[in-house]
Amino acid sequence: MVKKSSMAAAAEELGPAPGIQAAIAAASCCAKRGTRHTSGPGNPLNALPLGKLGALPISARGRAGLTYLKASQWRVGAGLGGAPGEVTGRQPPIAWGGGALRATGQLARSSEWRLVRSSDRWDNSEAAVRLSEGAGLRGAMIRRVLPHGLGRGLLTRRPGTRRGGFSLDWDGKVSEIKKKIKSILPGTPCDVLPDTSHLPPEHSDVVVVGGGVLGLSVAYWLKQLENRRGGMRVLVVERDHTYSQASTGLSVGGICQQFSLPENIQLSLFSASFLRNINEYLAVTNAPPLDLQFNPSGYLLLASEKDAAAMESNVKVQKQEGAKVCLMSPDQLRNKFPWINTEGVALASYGMENEGWFDPWCLLHGLRQKLMSMGVFFCQGEVTRFVTSSQRMMTTDDEMVTLKSIHEVHVKMDHSLEYQPVECAIVINAAGAWSAQIAALAGIGKGPPGTLQGTKLPVEPRKRYVYVWHCPQGPGLETPLVADTSGAYFRREGLGSNYLGGRSPAEEEEPDPANLEVDHDFFQEKVWPHLALRVPAFETLKVQTAWAGYYDYNTFDQNGVVGPHPLVVNMYFATGFSGHGLQQAPGVGRAVAEMILEGSFQTIDLSPFLFNRFYLGEKTQENNIM
Amino acid sequence: MSLRLVAPMWNGTRGIHRLGGAVVPEGNQKKERKMLQFLNNHFYDVEALRGYLLQREMSKVHLKNRSFTWLEEQHGPYSAGAFFILKQGGAVKFRDKEWIRPDKYGHFSPEFWNFREVPVEAVDASDCEINYEGLDNLLLLKELQSLSLQRCPHVDDWCLSRLYPLADSLQELSLAGCPRVSERGLACLHHLQNLRRLDISDLPAVSNPGLTQILVEEMLPNCQVVGVDWAEGLKLGPEEQPQDTASPVPA
Repeated sequence: MVKKSSMAAAAEELGPAPGIQAAIAAASCCAKRGTRHTSGPGNPLNALPLGKLGALPISARGRAGLTYLKASQWRVGAGLGGAPGEVTGRQPPIAWGGGALRATGQLARSSEWRLVRSSDRWDNSEAAVRLSEGAGLRGAMIRRVLPHGLGRGLLTRRPGTRRGGFSLDWDGKVSEIKKKIKSILPGTPCDVLPDTSHLPPEHSDVVVVGGGVLGLSVAYWLKQLENRRGGMRVLVVERDHTYSQASTGLSVGGICQQFSLPENIQLSLFSASFLRNINEYLAVTNAPPLDLQFNPSGYLLLASEKDAAAMESNVKVQKQEGAKVCLMSPDQLRNKFPWINTEGVALASYGMENEGWFDPWCLLHGLRQKLMSMGVFFCQGEVTRFVTSSQRMMTTDDEMVTLKSIHEVHVKMDHSLEYQPVECAIVINAAGAWSAQIAALAGIGKGPPGTLQGTKLPVEPRKRYVYVWHCPQGPGLETPLVADTSGAYFRREGLGSNYLGGRSPAEEEEPDPANLEVDHDFFQEKVWPHLALRVPAFETLKVQTAWAGYYDYNTFDQNGVVGPHPLVVNMYFATGFSGHGLQQAPGVGRAVAEMILEGSFQTIDLSPFLFNRFYLGEKTQENNIM
Repeated sequence: MSLRLVAPMWNGTRGIHRLGGAVVPEGNQKKERKMLQFLNNHFYDVEALRGYLLQREMSKVHLKNRSFTWLEEQHGPYSAGAFFILKQGGAVKFRDKEWIRPDKYGHFSPEFWNFREVPVEAVDASDCEINYEGLDNLLLLKELQSLSLQRCPHVDDWCLSRLYPLADSLQELSLAGCPRVSERGLACLHHLQNLRRLDISDLPAVSNPGLTQILVEEMLPNCQVVGVDWAEGLKLGPEEQPQDTASPVPA
């Protein structure tokens, strides 16, 4: 049986010997032979059974080491006149367990165990000895409690255990072991090794920059599709572990297939099936099943006269790809949803299946849990530098081109100057609204404008507001997510007549994305009039709360960027989805993983989303962005 | 030993052989469960074994819900759909015929293969392991009037969103006791405008049964919704009685 060396398990096995034993076990789990690794419950390195010598306890107890000696051995040693070196048995016993001993009052002449201070010999051998004797300590305590009158005969250790021979050559054996350890350990064994559990590992095959739903999805599919179990080490670096500004948590959480591009429709369809079977994909034993709180109420898109033709052709494409969407005339709309005012609406498209909204936090949590169980490393830190190496190569047209490859990522810790250089083979840019900064670190866009070297990643943060209001006479339980002709949208939230919605501002009135402050006037002037026009019941509503979040807005064509960069050969993008990243995350994650592992897209062909299009100027425009 | 309706969970030794029992006894489950959890946390082998057994359970359900649509061209949609239901352990009733039920060994009479043109009127799929994919086969029965999905462990909100093709004919639907159906799935029943009787009693995943009942009643004005008394969950004063009032609570 392969044992998991979790801290709890180790602590339990060492018996009711608290404090130091547990500390030793904990330290031995955390620190290994000078390298710095994070040890989490899912860390596969912890699976290595640590032998006795491997469990080098490196706890910071400094010079005041303690040695346990069996009293009998000590006496023998004393009798020989050569008590082990520094062991000055006359000193009073100290440290933990001393309290228990003092309580029993059996200090100077007692039974089996004696705690003795050895002045300045702190070395690992003693600890190794201690670890092996630790289990016997419990027995010793019991023996001490038994009355003396039972005589030594019953309380001595059995023959065949380490007795005389061990203690006779105590000093020699100890120095021998110390020499052996010194030769194994790199450098001089210092008293206190710094605690490096918060730092990421020094090597990692893949570094995912950004721990939102896209980054986690890529990490999940990488581990799911790898050929050998444990064949790839993946590190997810997330700057903010509270996800306070991440687009995932602040999202409205909708999923729909009503796009104009077939690739987007395919991605959404796959994501819907992923969410439907989420407890098969993200199953973790002993964890409760995930409840996504999915509302399958669908999306209702309204089109005015001038958009009606475009909507019809879109619906045709959607039906071809397999989405269940139907077109409705204004009369049918009024029939089905009597609370709607169809003034100005020429056509509506209504998604019947696989469309609705869900809880993005649940998806994030489920992904995180599954990733931890699959052995993915998580690190809280910020990527500050990429160390690249370049190669000049000649293309077939006899042009010189410089290909770069990132071989090291510097991850800086929070509120500190400390950073860890992580050697890596592949970097995934899933940093959402801040992807452009990460790309700039790798030198993307540093070059004369108009060239491939000078093409920046055109993703920037755009602030969007979401408002929650209460309207007691509002639309009923069957309300889909309604997207008006003006761009305003709303949906029901829960059973209690609460609704939430918003609107994308026009280009000229884009709010400043420096912070996430909410502008309530925007609701008053730009959102409410349209809502009240479309749904007369919304003329009397009361705003309860509001929040703001970022879109990782692709200023070029509002569609995602997926795949490798042509010049920085090992950076892969999974960003820029301009508001529909959450609903396409499972599909995109799988596509990027396939690109990395197989070299090309296997299931859904996302070649229209490659980086090259920014240089070539070919827009993959998506018309249905809310 | 109390019996309680549990949502499908990976728990206990009984759970190791079953995805999620609808009803499991408590009592002595706790000790076995704790032992299993302890083993699971400490040994990779146990974890892998449980993962494998879970996968096997899931693939059994998938096998039960495989597609029978290929039978359609040979025997017609009604027989194909009826075959699926009967294999699952449910019962079907063709128009003007008697109920066909499988016996306790799972055998059923093959007379329905001859009913090529006779539509299926009623389906009783109680306690069957129908899931989202299996509904493909159920939706072959275009003129279904009565559907009973009581206590089906794998019918959830996604499945309910698939029932709209039966809107023209479906008059009676029962979802009593389904552990995974919540009020969000009930919201997509508004397509079924011909529904006359809807049973939504005993749904453990619905957060507020009384309020849900009212909202569903509003959503389906021509339908008699059987389920919970709307006063459930309300705190009553000492002199009030839970009687039907004329004015509906505004939603």
